[in-house]
Amino acid sequence: MMNRIRTVLLAAALLAAPVVASAANTEVPEDPLQSSQWRYMAAKFFRNEPVVFDERVKVEAPAYAEDSLNTPVQISASGLEGVEHVLVFADMSPIVRVLDYYPVKADPSIGFAFKIQQATPIRAAMKTADGTWHVGGAWIDAQGGGCTAPSVASANPMWETRLGETEARLWSTGADQRLKFRVIHPMDTGLAAGIPAFYISELTIADADGQTLARITPHEPVSENPVFTVDLDVDKPVTLSGRDNNGNRFSAPVQGPSS
Amino acid sequence: MSAVDRCGLFRRCGALFALALALALALSIGGIGSSWAAGYYDLQPQKIADDTYVFIGAMENFSFDNHGAISNTAFIVTEDGVVVIDTGPSRLYGEAMRLAIGKVTDQPVAQVYITHAHPDHFLGNNAFDDVPIGALQGTIDAARQIGGDLATNLYNLVGAAMRGTNAVVPTQVVKDGDSATFGTHKLQLIGVAGHTAADLMVYDATTGVLFAGDIAFHDRAPTTPNADIDIWQKTLAATEKRDFKWLVPGHGPVSENSEPLKQTSDYLTWLITHFQDAAAKGDSQAEVLFDPLPPRWSRLAVEPGEYRRSVSHLYPAIERQSLIDAHAEIDPKAAGQGS
Repeated sequence: MMNRIRTVLLAAALLAAPVVASAANTEVPEDPLQSSQWRYMAAKFFRNEPVVFDERVKVEAPAYAEDSLNTPVQISASGLEGVEHVLVFADMSPIVRVLDYYPVKADPSIGFAFKIQQATPIRAAMKTADGTWHVGGAWIDAQGGGCTAPSVASANPMWETRLGETEARLWSTGADQRLKFRVIHPMDTGLAAGIPAFYISELTIADADGQTLARITPHEPVSENPVFTVDLDVDKPVTLSGRDNNGNRFSAPVQGPSS
Repeated sequence: MSAVDRCGLFRRCGALFALALALALALSIGGIGSSWAAGYYDLQPQKIADDTYVFIGAMENFSFDNHGAISNTAFIVTEDGVVVIDTGPSRLYGEAMRLAIGKVTDQPVAQVYITHAHPDHFLGNNAFDDVPIGALQGTIDAARQIGGDLATNLYNLVGAAMRGTNAVVPTQVVKDGDSATFGTHKLQLIGVAGHTAADLMVYDATTGVLFAGDIAFHDRAPTTPNADIDIWQKTLAATEKRDFKWLVPGHGPVSENSEPLKQTSDYLTWLITHFQDAAAKGDSQAEVLFDPLPPRWSRLAVEPGEYRRSVSHLYPAIERQSLIDAHAEIDPKAAGQGS
């Protein structure tokens, strides 16, 4: 009986959902943000996979980027289950792909800051187990110049001795934990004259047994010395490890909440 | 365009075009240049004490509608000429100031003081390049280094009212403790910091008016892009102890008491405490952006806009400190172990 009710509810939810584009029907839904790039974005990232705009996918960002080198964004999706992959992209960015997040034992939520080159939508697309992309987004207005500006570090060789240094902290949230960490890295985009692309390309958060809890794949637009905030479904100490596109590796243990 | 071309145009477009052209010519001969400035900026001086006038700026953020006229500027009429304090956001604003001053007095402008190197306070310098423009060394350095960027940025925010505006660097170095006498007015120059790295206040000992610049905001949210909050608080505490009859804040209405200083101090205290509490809870920068403001502060003009700007200016350092503090509490050896 319960199963039947659930099936009926699910069917009702599907009927209420916005238009779903499937492999057979390559229609792309109308962009609520009305970006001229949306169709290109959909073709680039979703191919023939089903994609819907979903109000549960929240992208919190300032209406105007006060600091084009550090534009904060918080992505979350309470009520959306089974998210395997979070893709963050900015339609108008010279490097469109900002970050990929794979929550394994974690919520599909991540906070960080990125470099903004001009006014653009910032979007989060969340792929659920059924293969559907759920998309949310927000416009950010900007004076810009963030992506083509040299990093602060590129003018100061001190970063070389501190590359990969990590500061991290865990907060208990009942049975779960919030992890926030900062990694020293120039995160050079390669778009500033004479400075090659140099950025963290992979971060893994694991438990003491080495089981992966979440993976982050940052791309060039992520801000210098990035700070990431993620919500883990475990309440034990974790380890952080990562590497950049030049093969430098770094790792750090993170103890449990101090209070 | 040659005379022959013009005749050709006349023939094609007829009498209406000729009339329009004649009208345009008549207007341009009639000295339309100065009335452009008056058209953008309707500056009404408010007399606050003997010989002392203030142009109260809009309690808003920069916009195409307000043409950037969001800060207070002022002037003192003396027998040795007019002393101007801050020149506003643009060349045209500066020109409009001179027009308005000319309606109050026949005295020429003798001296300008710039309180600090923010675009709404000094980009009108273009209109005053015939007189000494005094400022603290730090203000002069900042105007030289980032003045051009500030002008470009402001052009994007307020539009054509900025045309013809260049960042004219102040020409005269003044120091804390300097005094200057103009007619019967004895001015004391007070060099402080906090809102920026170099903030000048001007105290007119003759009238008891303290021109506080952006050290003081009144019923308008303080701005923090170059602020050092600890230093700002020390400056505010020291300024509250001063004697004055009138306080002219950088933004908001003139006050007879130290309310603008107290309000600014209380706001900054709340702002930093709020950020520290948020960082201690682990809130991300974007989450803090949308925190509701308590009623006392949500009432201020330009909120929550200024609060959200301040998140960008101040939260990253406070957030980082919360991570460093965590290391200190747990295990110093675990801190910063790259491998």
